[in-house]
Amino acid sequence: MDEYQVIESKSPVFYDKYERKAELQHQTHYCPGCGHGVVHKLIAEAIADMGVQDRTILVTPVGCSVFAYYYFDMGNVQAAHGRAPAVATAVKRSNPESIVIGYQGDGDLAAIGTAEIVHAANRGEKITIFFVNNAIYGMTGGQLAPTTLVGQFSTTSPWGRRPSNEGYPLRMAELLATLEAPVYIERVALCDNKNIMKARKAVRKALELQRDGAGFSFIEILSPCPTIWKMTPQEARKWIEEKMLAVFPLGVFRDRKLAPMADGVPQTTVTKLLGLDKPLEVVTRPMAVKDSQPDLTVKIAGFGGQGVLLLGQILAEMGMREGREVSWLPSYGPEMRSGSAHCHVCLSKERVGSPVIEHPDVLIAMNEPSLHKFSKMVEAHGTILYNNHKLPAGLPPCEAKIYCVPASEIADGLGTTKATNMVMLGALLELTHTLPRETALALLKAKVRNVKLLDVDCQAIDAGMACLRKQLGSSTDAHAHDGELAPCS
Amino acid sequence: MAQARGKVTIDTEECKGCGVCVDACPPKCLELLPGLNPYGVHPARYTGMNCSGCGICFYVCPEPGAITVYRLIAPKVAQPPMEGSHAATL
Repeated sequence: MDEYQVIESKSPVFYDKYERKAELQHQTHYCPGCGHGVVHKLIAEAIADMGVQDRTILVTPVGCSVFAYYYFDMGNVQAAHGRAPAVATAVKRSNPESIVIGYQGDGDLAAIGTAEIVHAANRGEKITIFFVNNAIYGMTGGQLAPTTLVGQFSTTSPWGRRPSNEGYPLRMAELLATLEAPVYIERVALCDNKNIMKARKAVRKALELQRDGAGFSFIEILSPCPTIWKMTPQEARKWIEEKMLAVFPLGVFRDRKLAPMADGVPQTTVTKLLGLDKPLEVVTRPMAVKDSQPDLTVKIAGFGGQGVLLLGQILAEMGMREGREVSWLPSYGPEMRSGSAHCHVCLSKERVGSPVIEHPDVLIAMNEPSLHKFSKMVEAHGTILYNNHKLPAGLPPCEAKIYCVPASEIADGLGTTKATNMVMLGALLELTHTLPRETALALLKAKVRNVKLLDVDCQAIDAGMACLRKQLGSSTDAHAHDGELAPCS
Repeated sequence: MAQARGKVTIDTEECKGCGVCVDACPPKCLELLPGLNPYGVHPARYTGMNCSGCGICFYVCPEPGAITVYRLIAPKVAQPPMEGSHAATL
């Protein structure tokens, strides 16, 4: 009796049964003569031989090979159309010890996912991409792909691909080989025995490079699609040889070692970056807000860069610290500076129904246009704080009381116009007495890291309070404030 | 005719009858069955002659487990027992 040894058989990297459907669990879903199965086997063999099955993660695409995760017994992630390189990037970076494989077709990689593959390659992600190029959209029924040959018929190029209308076939291997970072790029074909064995070698080499931490590797595999090409499997292999090779020449386009790149990223933790490593200030909120404290709605308007939005945020956060329900609603243009900006702040004992304020109790107008634009909106019993010495000429009469607080000038005198908003905050605190000055100082201490600036901010608040107190004192004694203010720090 | 150095078994349930292996086999020792399998295709089979055990059919076949290739183990030449050979098993 002759004795035999098994030399080729199903790889242990494949599942015994494919649980995609109740029936046909012993077959892949690919058409007879499809190239995907061959590529699957080459990958599986290499993974098994390298002994890395338990740390390999396959990122599958959208397209015919979308179901690869039913076949490969290893980590599987199914990515959105074209995004396999982006997903693979995340998987690899978070699991550097893993072997991460992106498996993509030409519709997935070269059409919808062009950006992802180019940038993953350019970043030199330490992943391996297997690009199965069959020059057509297979799963969706034969539409033109970026890799479709000139003259090739497809459902969306019924007269054949014309460069004048659809452009030329995209050569991804060559395109990626113009980049600096990739370490290995090769194009192989599944057209005959010899070339399949070459593909086997290329697949193996790419994976070994990744195992050794070399960098980005990319294997383009010209693969038959007999069904869509409307050919027998044998004709399809011939077609690759006769037609595709002329457009997609085989060969190694990149094979080099990268000098280890210096990691320029300073080593720190997110916690440290965000300054969360220091003990957090514990803010104790009052159990309930005193009923006597009225609700307050404030509209702050001015140019971008005047601290309009920040002032609103500080006000809202002060309110939170005082146990109020608050809202802050910003409105600004795309400009970072000098566009108009305004925000609405509500401080309330009840939950805030709408953060939009139609008639604010207080309008802080940081410039003249804002005063003109919004003065009429203010409640009849309301107040306007205007950032200037005197009111502009031609201001239509309004019922609200207007105080002129030359905040920019005061801040300038303190050393920086950046503190304009803090002068206004001081004036507002003096005006309303709903929020204590100490809360503002405590908040600023937590927010402003620059000690000098913090000092200026504190002075600005006091200056704003003093400025308004003077005016209130001359008009009414109601809000007169006795005694000296406590020092800032 | 020289004795076949290998043999091939093909899972007729997994084979989709694409015929790529038949075409690719260097010694041409595979063929498509005239009959249909339960899925309505002519599966491939080994003719039983001339297989060299090269394994090409396995690599060209798109199905992971349809083809298994065997190679004949060369018959052992009877050797006189070497002294102390048992030591190697320790």
